[in-house]
Amino acid sequence: MSIAEKEAEVIEEFAFFDDWLSKYDHLIELGRDLPMIDESKKTTENVIKGCQSQVWLDGYMEDGKVQFKADSDAIITKGIISLLIRVLGNEKPQDIVETDLRFLDEIGLKEHLSPTRANGLLAMVKQMKFYALAFSAKN
Amino acid sequence: MEKVAIDIAKVRDDFPILKREVYGKPLVYLDNAATSQKPQVVIDAITEYYSTINSNVHRGVHHLSQVATDRFEEVRRKVKEFIGAAHEHEVIFTRGTTESINLVAYSFGQLLDDGDLILVSQLEHHSNFVPWQMLAERKKLRLRFIPMNEVGELDQEAFAELLNEKPRLVAFNHVSNSLGTIHPVKEMIEKAHAAGAVVVLDGAQAVAHMPINVQELNADFYAFSAHKMCGPTGLGVLYGKEKWLHAMPPFMGGGEMIKEVKTEGSSWADLPHKFEAGTPNIAEVMAMGAAIDYIKQIGWEAIDAQEQELLRYATNRLNALPGMRIFGSSKDKVSVISFLLEGIHPYDAGMVLDKLGIAVRTGHHCTQPVMDYFHIPGTVRASFAFYNTKEEVDALISGLERVIKMFRG
Repeated sequence: MSIAEKEAEVIEEFAFFDDWLSKYDHLIELGRDLPMIDESKKTTENVIKGCQSQVWLDGYMEDGKVQFKADSDAIITKGIISLLIRVLGNEKPQDIVETDLRFLDEIGLKEHLSPTRANGLLAMVKQMKFYALAFSAKN
Repeated sequence: MEKVAIDIAKVRDDFPILKREVYGKPLVYLDNAATSQKPQVVIDAITEYYSTINSNVHRGVHHLSQVATDRFEEVRRKVKEFIGAAHEHEVIFTRGTTESINLVAYSFGQLLDDGDLILVSQLEHHSNFVPWQMLAERKKLRLRFIPMNEVGELDQEAFAELLNEKPRLVAFNHVSNSLGTIHPVKEMIEKAHAAGAVVVLDGAQAVAHMPINVQELNADFYAFSAHKMCGPTGLGVLYGKEKWLHAMPPFMGGGEMIKEVKTEGSSWADLPHKFEAGTPNIAEVMAMGAAIDYIKQIGWEAIDAQEQELLRYATNRLNALPGMRIFGSSKDKVSVISFLLEGIHPYDAGMVLDKLGIAVRTGHHCTQPVMDYFHIPGTVRASFAFYNTKEEVDALISGLERVIKMFRG
């Protein structure tokens, strides 16, 4: 499935929720299910510090595709991380670099990527792209 | 004694923003320690200034400039009375508490020498912490910290010991922004003076809650912002004792702060203008005048009664929630409550409260050393003003009950 197709899938999934409460409940569930990053990868190099919450992100190549593992201390942040990994993970580096994420906007969660939230998510998306860029340069 | 009560409906009516809704729910504004809301009279003062007397101060010969200058200086007199300063020229207008403290750190810092000791408390907002770190680095000074204790008070014994090391300057807040603790500043200043130190007080969180008298406190410097006391953003005050302000070199160079400018060198204007380079925030100064009038009209006794009642009520109701931990339990507190719900990240709690129209602050509140002391990433902070109500505390509690249900499942 392409990044655009995965985005469409997430948008469809969230269309099912008609209020913020059920949206957040869903995010909390996704956050709880997020495979945790290995403790050994929770290093100072991998941490993205926000004022509000922090995010750990690790990226590596497997069979020509970028894999991401991440975690956060806040569960709503984790829920959004799980969506970001679902959409951007397991993709070719070049595809990740070129994508213009739109799904968070569409499902009404764009506010979580606003700089004032200072939750580390905006920096995380940048960092995911940096990983992809670095891997595509290596190839 | 007859209790002074606030006419809450009338007071709330003075604040237009309190009528608005957020996500279709009535706004419950409990982030007053970040910035207070503004009554209509303050908002009107800005419009009135721009609509009727806008012109530059201290410069023009024309009528408007003279009116603006008179009104501007009238507010300086009001501020002088508001904080009990001895002279008008001890009141310096700045952009805010942060600039006020940076001004002292830079200008008074010029009078300090290699190896001098500065004391700062562990309980400071970064704005009364980082400028001293920067100064210490720039002038090769030593920086030591007054530790805090478990209830969020400054450790007075440790403070006394640190004073034995003869610091040149001591800086701490009057009221803690993250925990609400009111420090025994008068005694602390007395002790610091006895040790030969100059004292800088960060009053940002105090000015909205209690009358200030800098002469009674005997503070050498007192910094605060207009926007925390119903006034406009972008304006602050630095009070400084005349003798220090005279001794200090200017902070910023430019117009207004000079006496004479020649190619071979310049000389400085008298106080307070020496520290007010450039065109000041004139409209904001007018609005601050209106804010002071407004607070006086409500009265400190009524403000204190309402806020302390809200603090008591909210503390009791919060403590009844399962897994509640309140940080800062000094007996002397302003109406600020910092807390965590066990197992729930403050950001998660804040996100849900936001959707319910409840505005609180979450995070480290620019006091990372305090959070480090408690080994926590941050807290949720509810801060109350005299225009808040018990019903709003109830809304916060039901919001938190919902948070608990969502995150503890």
